[in-house]
Amino acid sequence: MLAVSGLDAWYGAAHILRDVDLAIGAGEAVALLGRNGAGKSTTLRALMGLVPRVTGTITFAGRDLAGLEPHARARAGLGYVPEDRRIFSDLTVLENLEVGRRPPRPGHPAWTPERLFDLFPNLAEMRRRPGGRMSGGEQQMLALARTLMGNPALLLLDEPSEGLAPRILEQMAGAVRALKAEGLAILLCEQNFRFAGLICDTAYVMARGEIVHRGPFAELAADEARRDALLAV
Amino acid sequence: MDFLVVQFLTGLASACSLFLVASGLSLIFGVTRIVNFAHGAFYMVGAYVAYVLTERWSGALGYWGGLLCAALVVGAAGAAMEMALLRRIYRAPDLFQLLATFGVTLMVEDLVVLLFGPEDLLGARAPGFKGAVEILGQQVPRYDLFLIGLAPLVLAGLHLVLRRTRWGILVRAATQDREMVAALGVNQRWLFTSVFALGTALAGLGGALQLPREAVNHSMDMTIIVEAFVVVVIGGLGSITGAFLAAVLVCELNAFGILVLPEVSLVLVFAVMAGVLILRPHGLLGGAPAEARAMRLAIPPPWKPFTSAERLWVVGGLALAAALPLVAGAYALTVAAEVAIFALFAASLSFLMGPGGMPSFGHAAFFGLGAYGAALAVSGAGLPMAAALLVGPLLGLAGAVLFGWFCVRLSGVYSAMLTLAFAQIAWAVAFQWVGLTGGDNGLLGIWPEGFARTPHGFYWLALAICATGIVLLRILVFSRFGYRLRAARDSAARAETVGIDRMRVQWAAFAVAGLFAAIAGALFAFLKGSVFPDTLGIPLSVDALAMVLLGGVETVSGAILGAIAYKLLAVWLISETDQSKLVLGAVIVLLVVVFPQGLGGQITRWRRPT
Repeated sequence: MLAVSGLDAWYGAAHILRDVDLAIGAGEAVALLGRNGAGKSTTLRALMGLVPRVTGTITFAGRDLAGLEPHARARAGLGYVPEDRRIFSDLTVLENLEVGRRPPRPGHPAWTPERLFDLFPNLAEMRRRPGGRMSGGEQQMLALARTLMGNPALLLLDEPSEGLAPRILEQMAGAVRALKAEGLAILLCEQNFRFAGLICDTAYVMARGEIVHRGPFAELAADEARRDALLAV
Repeated sequence: MDFLVVQFLTGLASACSLFLVASGLSLIFGVTRIVNFAHGAFYMVGAYVAYVLTERWSGALGYWGGLLCAALVVGAAGAAMEMALLRRIYRAPDLFQLLATFGVTLMVEDLVVLLFGPEDLLGARAPGFKGAVEILGQQVPRYDLFLIGLAPLVLAGLHLVLRRTRWGILVRAATQDREMVAALGVNQRWLFTSVFALGTALAGLGGALQLPREAVNHSMDMTIIVEAFVVVVIGGLGSITGAFLAAVLVCELNAFGILVLPEVSLVLVFAVMAGVLILRPHGLLGGAPAEARAMRLAIPPPWKPFTSAERLWVVGGLALAAALPLVAGAYALTVAAEVAIFALFAASLSFLMGPGGMPSFGHAAFFGLGAYGAALAVSGAGLPMAAALLVGPLLGLAGAVLFGWFCVRLSGVYSAMLTLAFAQIAWAVAFQWVGLTGGDNGLLGIWPEGFARTPHGFYWLALAICATGIVLLRILVFSRFGYRLRAARDSAARAETVGIDRMRVQWAAFAVAGLFAAIAGALFAFLKGSVFPDTLGIPLSVDALAMVLLGGVETVSGAILGAIAYKLLAVWLISETDQSKLVLGAVIVLLVVVFPQGLGGQITRWRRPT
């Protein structure tokens, strides 16, 4: 579904990503792991067309995304949930969802606010609350719900676990697993290994802007020495 | 008492058009981050088009239809400008769009004179709202009452559109975070174009509605644009309700200021604006500054000292400049002295904007204060030229120290707007304090003495002072102070953790930039032999901005190139054509599109091939 090869990215003169290759099949959930500053967020931003200078090929659902603007990539089916949530704080929950609304994908039921409120019951109680007056966990749910309103085929999730209370974390993991069960493909950037393990089948590990490991998630989970070498801080 | 009520109503009626213009400006800035300098021009075009249509169409339907059509025509023109011009330069640094819209303003000013003639045009009275109503024994025009009722209706209408429609929700979302809106699949292009269409249509309607109240003329754009800037800043960028409150406030200040303190009525509005900004740095109803609200100037690459070959070029260039009197006549030398003066002026602004990271829309304030300082030293204190050149700039320095103290407390576009407000205060003082400054008649007889009386003598004096000033500015950039200044610009937080007091450093930069601008201004007074309030005016401030941006903010040498090219072009155009503004505006627009990094940026690219 998504094939990335030879992706390089720069911020100004700083060379951030080097020769990144990634592949995600339909309905597959892939974890992108790595320490702070390894280039995980930049990878997602580069996929969305939000990094000014990028080379390499990105093919999504048989379509070359090179040169497409962010909105065109979103329309092609990429659903991006940024790390810092970026909720529109002056807009209510319903208005935030409205910004994300796009026509449904053929053959798939459209996401509606009501369906999303079933997935995230907390949000149902605060439909008219401005985004700026919500807790971090609620904002995280709203950020995911807002992106789902665009009926994406692949979710790009950037650290959805960050700063969440344990109870909310479980809700979030449950919701993402439910989405995966519905056939949505997922690329998840995570620092929280356990959280990623609840969701993903495949693990990629990044360091200094390069992919340094790829394999089944369970394999990495079982190999404690390898995991420490790649991820321990 | 009754009179005061009527005065209050007059103020409210004036607020209607101002609110329409300002709300459009605010919407456009909120979504596109463009300070649309051409907004006043759209207002003016709205008035002209309304005049033409209402003269042609008869009856009440024709009249009101004409006003509405004028708004639609202007909205279409606004959309056209966005699509044809601004779309090409969204990736350029913020102020380039301002420069482009300023170029459009210049063009429109000449075009309306070409199309409609230079005379004031008196429109017909509005059918159904002729005559006056008696309120508390005083006559109030019916049309004023209509405007007083209309403004809240427009506010309510805009409010409904922004709250209840998908378009309105997208506009509000984009005002907060454009990138996220795009990442959610919204094509920003059409959002920007439609916001421009609505915003400029509001300006056009504001102009059309003035038809029964005032004569249509070709200088209405500058008056309204300054007031609209003030309203938008007082109300809070992007807030429509804030724009409404601020429009009422400004118009009432005007209405009552004239009664209470006619000498300083102009100052009053700007003083209130400065006061509001100091108490509420984001305006009455403006939100906290998202990171996007900070101004995004080109991030200059680290400055590079000259290589020895480049030093030779500079020395050679200076030697050539010094040899100019051998070949040039008196007129050319006067022009050349003016170019040198503007090179120093532009370099001082470039110092503030580049290493300082603080754009100023009112840099002429310091230039003009220096000019007045020198002129007053001669005409008031009877000092000789040499002393006046030393003392005069101190007035500009004092102004920079005073204004800078306020400006460094605000950020980005708010700070830039505050500089504009201060420049307007200085202008208003010069204009209204007739006893000291001669007002509009200016101060005359400020001629150079001794060896500087001859054109080549004065040229050498100007060249020596300006070249020294520019070299000093460049040395300052590579000094310890320059490093601290650039550190404070690049990351205020990190600079403060290593012990740099950001505000102090930036305040000092303001003082330095103001002082050098004032030195240029003092020379200018002697070049022209006179000083007028224009030396503090907005057009001169924008000229400086154009020189710096066209030259490229990245280098001091860029500002000099920009000054030479811009000044020579302007002088030449004025001598060659009656439509100098039209041509100059077109050239600015063209340059911005072709060199979005400025001429100096182009040179930097040649110096540093990547």
